[in-house]
Amino acid sequence: MATTAKEVVRQEEQQLQTKREPERIMRPPVDIYENEDGIVVVADMPGVSKERLNVRVENEKLVIEGDAELPVKENMEPIYADIRTTHYRRDFTLSGELDTDKVDAVLKDGVLTIKIPKLEEHKPRKIEVKVA
Amino acid sequence: MFTTLSDFGGSIFEDLRRIQREMDDLFGFGQQLSTGIRSPQPGAFPPVNIGSTDESVDVYLFAPGLDPKSMDISIQQNLLTISGKREGVKEVENTNFYRRERFSGTFKRVITLPDDVDPENVDATYKEGVLHVQVQRKESSKPRLIQVK
Repeated sequence: MATTAKEVVRQEEQQLQTKREPERIMRPPVDIYENEDGIVVVADMPGVSKERLNVRVENEKLVIEGDAELPVKENMEPIYADIRTTHYRRDFTLSGELDTDKVDAVLKDGVLTIKIPKLEEHKPRKIEVKVA
Repeated sequence: MFTTLSDFGGSIFEDLRRIQREMDDLFGFGQQLSTGIRSPQPGAFPPVNIGSTDESVDVYLFAPGLDPKSMDISIQQNLLTISGKREGVKEVENTNFYRRERFSGTFKRVITLPDDVDPENVDATYKEGVLHVQVQRKESSKPRLIQVK
């Protein structure tokens, strides 16, 4: 199919617009805790399915991104909205003792749980105190 | 050396964004300020979106990580009440918490629906942490096509 010149211009305009106006971003609330094995990040991302979720490690940063999808009907008019955007994003700077090759992520009922283990040599060891 | 500590604040754009945010809050654009007598403070759990069609009123509650059985949904005339409980992360020994932003505990939201909803005709589904409650409008108030003879 041939694209008309008009359409090309329109596409370019749209691209420019998306560049100029960054999309509104929602920061998902998180719980972060650490135990002997590593760090666990729990994030609330309601409406996000596995297919629309992106968890990655990039430049020593853990990036969580996702798009929520709502079962909205045709001709629906909004009456009230606490949530104004469908795009979630948040990132955290990781530290060197974490093993980023073994990150484990589970998504269930809109709750994302990410486990980042510590490198073996950084796991705490109990030091026995000998009685002299 | 840094001349002042406030230099850490970053660029002028950061400041402009902050001002914009404050203006938004002031005029209620950022978070649509509802004047409803039963509406909670901004940031209450769970956030709610409500949409309307000719056939139904659809309420979406963004309530991830809930057991659907623990939720209590009831409707009386046009008042929809949704309550439930969300357990926080269980604390185990040797666990060190850095952040606790997620809601935990009990919640209850009462939503005033339009007057023409049919309380006998409600349907609720829970998917990916979003509770979708559909309340049909009364048959008599649905739009009808009037035939001109």
